[in-house]
Amino acid sequence: MELVEVNQLQAAIDSFVGKDVYLHLETTNGSYASHFNEGFFNAGAFIRNVVINFELGKVVGDSPHRVGLKLPQGWVYAQGITHFEIDEEGRLLLAGHDGTGKLAVALQISETPFSY
Amino acid sequence: MTIPKERHVLVIFPHPDDEAFGVSGTITTHIQQGTPVTYACLTLGEMGRNLGNPPFATRESLPAIRKKELLASAEAMGLTDLRMMGLRDKTLEFEDDEKMVRMMEELIEETNPSLIITFYPDFAVHPDHEATARAVVRAVRRMTDRPKLHCVAFANNTLDVLGEPDIVYDIKPVREHKMNSMKAHISQTAWMLEEMEHKLQNGDTETENWLTLERFYTYRWDQDFE
Repeated sequence: MELVEVNQLQAAIDSFVGKDVYLHLETTNGSYASHFNEGFFNAGAFIRNVVINFELGKVVGDSPHRVGLKLPQGWVYAQGITHFEIDEEGRLLLAGHDGTGKLAVALQISETPFSY
Repeated sequence: MTIPKERHVLVIFPHPDDEAFGVSGTITTHIQQGTPVTYACLTLGEMGRNLGNPPFATRESLPAIRKKELLASAEAMGLTDLRMMGLRDKTLEFEDDEKMVRMMEELIEETNPSLIITFYPDFAVHPDHEATARAVVRAVRRMTDRPKLHCVAFANNTLDVLGEPDIVYDIKPVREHKMNSMKAHISQTAWMLEEMEHKLQNGDTETENWLTLERFYTYRWDQDFE
């Protein structure tokens, strides 16, 4: 993965507009967050291989960036995006990695399903 | 405490690297004593957070990396019967409970173990650890001739509630095998190993004991978790 280059990422997002794409969206503090820090309120979510079709997508702000996808009847949003990659299968993988190298957020879209 | 010879040992954990920290010395010792050991690893740790910065992996490339690491850990322990069960990290507690129990029953029926090693229900911290522990305990509970069930517990309240572990193995003779098992999972353990080796070099006895003493609780059927 590379640090987000806004123009490249914007072009990549644009290339998926109007297509049925599989979505992976995830935020996480890790399953051990409230083991190591007992008062910590651990919250997170993930969704994988849900098909969406967005009409407009934008990357906004300085790093860490925000990314929003506008759907005909809804939205997809991620905050904290630092890195991106178009992998060998043509999937657009976005991630936010904190200073210790831990993933905090991921937003991925693909024309083919992600693995299980 | 010496590690007795068993007919067959079945180890069941959800994530690659779960075996490394608490159990790899015990596994290695069983193997060196000629006891067949089967390790069923339920997921490939697909949702692991350690991906580096700069990143060395993506959410999508991580499973293949962790699979290789798991194979390397097995090799470090001398383990030849490794089962990758194909479930997804973070989802075990949402699988059908009965399906989980059946998966454990099939492993038990096939390997006919005299000892099963897994996590201790309610003291296993991670939801996948808990789901694994529940499924194993439920499967064993249904058996008429139950194998020994040794459980790893590390929740913060473990000592308060369960007391000291009844089984403590000194695995110093196979220390290097254990180090190599932990090092095999380098994508997830790098920062932890660095800290550990620093402490060991400074003669920190707590860390040395943590490394070389492997602790288990015999499951208490008289205080069953459900």
